[in-house]
Amino acid sequence: MDFISILSIFVMACFVGYYVVWSVTPALHTPLMAVTNAISSVIIVGALIAAAAGSQADGGQTAKWLGLVGVVLASVNIFGGFAVTERMLAMYKKKERK
Amino acid sequence: MRALLGPVIGGAAALFFATPAMAASGEAVNPWVAVAYLISGVLFILALRGLSSPETSRAGNRYGMIGMLIAVVTTLITHDVASLPEIGVAIAIGGGIGFVIARRIPMTDMPQLVAAFHSLVGMAAVLVGVAAYLNPGAFGILDAAGEILVVSRVELGLGVAIGAITFSGSVIAFLKLNGNMSGAPIMLPGRHVINLGVLSAIIGLTAYFAILPTGETAMIFWIIVALAFVIGFLLIIPIGGADMPVVVSMLNSYSGWAAAAMGFTLGNTAMIITGALVGSSGAILSYIMCKAMNRSFISVIAGGFGAASGPADGAEKIDRPYKRGSAEDAAYMMKQAESVIIIPGYGMAVAQAQHALREMGDMLKEEGVNVKYAIHPVAGRMPGHMNVLLAEANVPYDEVFELEDINSEFAQADVAFIIGANDVVNPAAKTDKGSPIYGMPVFDVEKAKTIFFIKRSMGGVGYAGVDNEVFYMDQTMMLLSDAKKMCEDIVKAL
Repeated sequence: MDFISILSIFVMACFVGYYVVWSVTPALHTPLMAVTNAISSVIIVGALIAAAAGSQADGGQTAKWLGLVGVVLASVNIFGGFAVTERMLAMYKKKERK
Repeated sequence: MRALLGPVIGGAAALFFATPAMAASGEAVNPWVAVAYLISGVLFILALRGLSSPETSRAGNRYGMIGMLIAVVTTLITHDVASLPEIGVAIAIGGGIGFVIARRIPMTDMPQLVAAFHSLVGMAAVLVGVAAYLNPGAFGILDAAGEILVVSRVELGLGVAIGAITFSGSVIAFLKLNGNMSGAPIMLPGRHVINLGVLSAIIGLTAYFAILPTGETAMIFWIIVALAFVIGFLLIIPIGGADMPVVVSMLNSYSGWAAAAMGFTLGNTAMIITGALVGSSGAILSYIMCKAMNRSFISVIAGGFGAASGPADGAEKIDRPYKRGSAEDAAYMMKQAESVIIIPGYGMAVAQAQHALREMGDMLKEEGVNVKYAIHPVAGRMPGHMNVLLAEANVPYDEVFELEDINSEFAQADVAFIIGANDVVNPAAKTDKGSPIYGMPVFDVEKAKTIFFIKRSMGGVGYAGVDNEVFYMDQTMMLLSDAKKMCEDIVKAL
């Protein structure tokens, strides 16, 4: 993809983010932070590429290990972030009507 | 690799990637690959969208998980994976740690946890950036001559820098929130000059990094990384404990921008969309927090809040008369009341009083009292923290109201019950121009007919270190005790 297409996606996504986040109810701001944490770990994609590439090039071996460490860190975040969000959201209950 | 995963995801993968152009080289030639990443980006948008109400939130969280799964699987099946077992082990280790932490962490510690998670995103961004620099071929960012593309170098430099700032800043935020480090601001002399110097050095070096021939850039690249780690540290140490909600939100934003920068390098839609979402989310939350404290973002970043307020209250230490009440008084008055508004603050969470408080609320409801909870945006130590704590104690979320929704109701309320909060009910914020909290939106508790104020003792004041007029008002009864014990005593008396 060329730079301008990428930039366009980015700018549009910023606007989407702006409106979507303002519509989040303040009561759920903590789960919001936890889940944004989890999804920002999509950076695992980069770590996987580095780890997958193996040692084809000069810096490949080091890059692979850095990638693997990156995979570990991002996985902590992905699993931890989604799980803790799930745990919090399960606590929100409505008043039971009698 | 395909042989390994083939039987498992064969059907689904065939649907998406069965065209002959199926990329094995790392470059996403197959348009379906881009579509898969786009879908995962859209699912992330839906994940946040779900949070607009508690009813849809859990479905939203599932969308997020599916989006992540799609992104990971797509990456694995479109690259020649030379080290699948290692990757599997890495995911298992990380996932296991994350899962256990998520299950065990007490809800009061959420701010620390979020700060710690931010630091991991930051570090992961740095690692990915360094890996891309060391092995640019695998990331498809080389030009025909074997040099790293200029655009990619700018993205790499910025991505690594933002990631490193997120990491070291979040580590400091974690240490402060977790109490391993004093919440008091650490003020270096000339810190603004130092910080601006380091920041401009990072930007200047990134530009230099972009124009040098690739072979000569190693030194510059490592200096950028090192400086970024240092600046993250320098930026957060002068910020006091009271401003931590803003800092945590700000670092949330940074972690998003770091992911976005890496997304640019990889031309990956899922990462760019996510980065933009998370970046905006953190920025909006910081803005909301700043507004709730009537502080400008710049002044929070500049730091130092909470350092000068210590001695300030020494000036006026006159013993003023106040009324002291007992648990029985409170129980009696609230039983007679028609409506009670409870204002919980972080002190309630520290005392672990939320369950006793909810029990008290339930008993009052049985007596026919209309019980509502009023939450200030800065109650707790991160945005929405108090809502989670109340939800954990089984307080139904439709009894919990935000500041602007409930503030007009104090005039009709019989009782305002303040537990562990202080600054957010201080009328000085409305009247006293000299007060450090002047201009902060606060609850109009003084309009309620009766006020119960639970406080450990008359000494010691809120975060901002200001005396509170509400203590001495005619309709106020101070309930001087530990918050949990007081709630339990009231429950007994009911």
